[in-house]
Amino acid sequence: MNIYVLVKRTFDTEEKIVVSGGKIQEDGAEFIINPYDEYAIEEAIQVRDAQGGEVTVLTLGGEDAEKQLRTALAMGADKAVLINVEDDVEELDQFTAAHIISEYLKDKNPDLILAGNVAIDGGSGQIGPRVAELLGINYVTTITNLEIDGTTVTIKRDVEGDTEILETSLPLLVTAQQGLNEPRYPSLPGIMKAKKKPLDEVELDDLDIDEDDVEAKTETLEIYLPPKKEAGKVLEGELADQVRELVHLLHSEAKVV
Amino acid sequence: MSKKVLVLAEAREGTLRNVSYEAIAAGKQISNGGEVVSVLLGDSVKDLSTELGKYGADRVITVEHPHLKQYTSDGYGQAILAVIEQEKPEAIVFGHTALGKDLSPKIASKLQVGLVSDVTAIEGEGDAAVYIRPIYSGKAFEKVKVKNGIEFITIRPNNIAPLTKEENKIADVSALSVDITNLRTIIKEVVRKSSEGVDLSEAKVVIAGGRGVKSEEGFAPLKELAAVLGGAVGASRGACDADYCDYSLQIGQTGKVVTPDLYIAAGISGAIQHLAGMSNSKIIVAINKDPEANIFKVADYGIVGDLFEVIPMLTEEFKQLKVNA
Ligand SMILES: Cc1cc2nc3c(=O)[nH]c(=O)nc-3n(C[C@H](O)[C@H](O)[C@H](O)COP(=O)(O)OP(=O)(O)OC[C@H]3O[C@@H](n4cnc5c(N)ncnc54)[C@H](O)[C@@H]3O)c2cc1C
Ligand SMILES: Cc1cc2nc3c(=O)[nH]c(=O)nc-3n(C[C@H](O)[C@H](O)[C@H](O)COP(=O)(O)OP(=O)(O)OC[C@H]3O[C@@H](n4cnc5c(N)ncnc54)[C@H](O)[C@@H]3O)c2cc1C
Repeated sequence: MNIYVLVKRTFDTEEKIVVSGGKIQEDGAEFIINPYDEYAIEEAIQVRDAQGGEVTVLTLGGEDAEKQLRTALAMGADKAVLINVEDDVEELDQFTAAHIISEYLKDKNPDLILAGNVAIDGGSGQIGPRVAELLGINYVTTITNLEIDGTTVTIKRDVEGDTEILETSLPLLVTAQQGLNEPRYPSLPGIMKAKKKPLDEVELDDLDIDEDDVEAKTETLEIYLPPKKEAGKVLEGELADQVRELVHLLHSEAKVV
Repeated sequence: MSKKVLVLAEAREGTLRNVSYEAIAAGKQISNGGEVVSVLLGDSVKDLSTELGKYGADRVITVEHPHLKQYTSDGYGQAILAVIEQEKPEAIVFGHTALGKDLSPKIASKLQVGLVSDVTAIEGEGDAAVYIRPIYSGKAFEKVKVKNGIEFITIRPNNIAPLTKEENKIADVSALSVDITNLRTIIKEVVRKSSEGVDLSEAKVVIAGGRGVKSEEGFAPLKELAAVLGGAVGASRGACDADYCDYSLQIGQTGKVVTPDLYIAAGISGAIQHLAGMSNSKIIVAINKDPEANIFKVADYGIVGDLFEVIPMLTEEFKQLKVNA
């Protein structure tokens, strides 16, 4: 089975966000594989181990994203591809990103593509379904279980807490939700092996794309931090009085109940 | 310039979800005096259309088909694209719900347009509309503008206030018949886990429990308080990981994002990944026995104490309030 995993490099979930000069400050920040993409990688490895085939991890990003691709290879992916458009494209929205990714994938004939359901930085959740649509294949989002039997695929997906059980077929793109699996940590031998696994770098010129065709449709005008919350009020006194005061505050001052 | 705006209404078990009305309000603002057309899809949904008029839709288009009884991206995609083809809207608004998140990128891709997802506020009107959305799990915000093409956005539930309901407003309702074929996905079964009570992502009040709740039974007092306040119960990952409750209740970076009017966190330490899911709530109350717990840093009001003492007392006090009101 020919399996691709879309992997995004993101800020570590613990990182504080600093904005300067209208941009998110990246210097010194820790980067990780988007947590949902870890589920996608793990699932891809399990499917390959059960069905045979090859797992390729794919990132659209800059040079720095090699680190996350190596981590994915160390987990057990077979090959990695970095689409590096740093020098060619200035503004990149989800329209652009999905077009470039699907342009790369269109002649690769993937049977199964896995992605995260959302990136914890950009947070749009668009890339998976957009790529599937551009490739003309079906997609299922926020999956928590995947079973493949021949070309028949049975999936459990999370729909706002409910579980939907559905049937579809390959080729298919799925996006991973928490609960799909428990992603493995790269083992030491895995890390050693990963160094020798192929990591291809592709540029916009290598793809059949004209920059103008993928020009971003949206534009970020400003990035800012939410207003700092003033320290709240920790109530004091007898517990019964605190409870009474709290109810009074919620009712009369905050007017939320 | 005024715009014609198409907004998607969403029904759940025979009633319209609030986000349908919020989308109309967002649509009005973007339309800048233009027309707001609400779209209702399903197997039998006509009866719901009057409500949409009362909340400000100028027109309602229904598409009814047996294949639309359950959501599939293919079925709903074909229906909505047929409506778009007929109406040629200049802007589109969906809810950033499970359905809206799944469907909107497909439609945007088909139309070759941009999509601003998870909008929490809109500034300006018509062509000047600027969309505000959280990034980095709510740790920052961005203002986004659509450069060209249709303005397509999804709005986060509970953030954009619906218009005031006008009982005597009547929208023009028309039906569009669409041939729905070739569904690539077949829904076999839906296992309901969440629908006991209020939908978490639309709830005005959320009572969330963490590892401090200590057991499955420990959630009982929280459920009671939620019932009194007409709210929903949520949880931290700590509580879910410990099997005190279902993952469907998890709030945070890898769970649901909620923005209720009132969020009560009981026995939750306030890890950054939890805050990502609730820090934009209007009022946050923390109940924790550790005065140093991080949750107090984001709370508007805090009580340092044992949740098993505090929560039942709160429930009683709110009951009293209701009796007196
Ligand atoms: C040179 C460069 C410049 C950029 N400039 C901007 C900018 O100006 N503004 C901006 O908002 N973003 C910018 N990006 C980021 C890029 O636009 C995002 O990757 C893309 O828009 C994804 O959007 P999202 O974060 O909402 O992801 P989502 O749609 O939320 O991601 C869902 C899933 O899609 C997959 N995915 C997402 N992004 C990628 C990716 N890059 N590679 C592989 N898989 C992916 C992952 O599986 C992920 O879990 C830039 C990126 C590069 C490389
Ligand atoms: C990638 C990643 C994603 C994550 N995503 C999420 C997410 O989406 N949502 C999420 O919640 N977490 C998430 N986490 C986990 C997060 O880091 C924390 O581990 C988790 O939120 C802790 O849950 P907790 O506050 O319930 O437990 P704890 O941190 O153990 O806190 C329990 C609290 O209860 C208090 N307490 C105990 N007994 C009582 C009592 N009787 N009365 C009052 N207070 C009491 C204690 O003082 C303590 O503060 C994520 C972590 C990672 C690494």
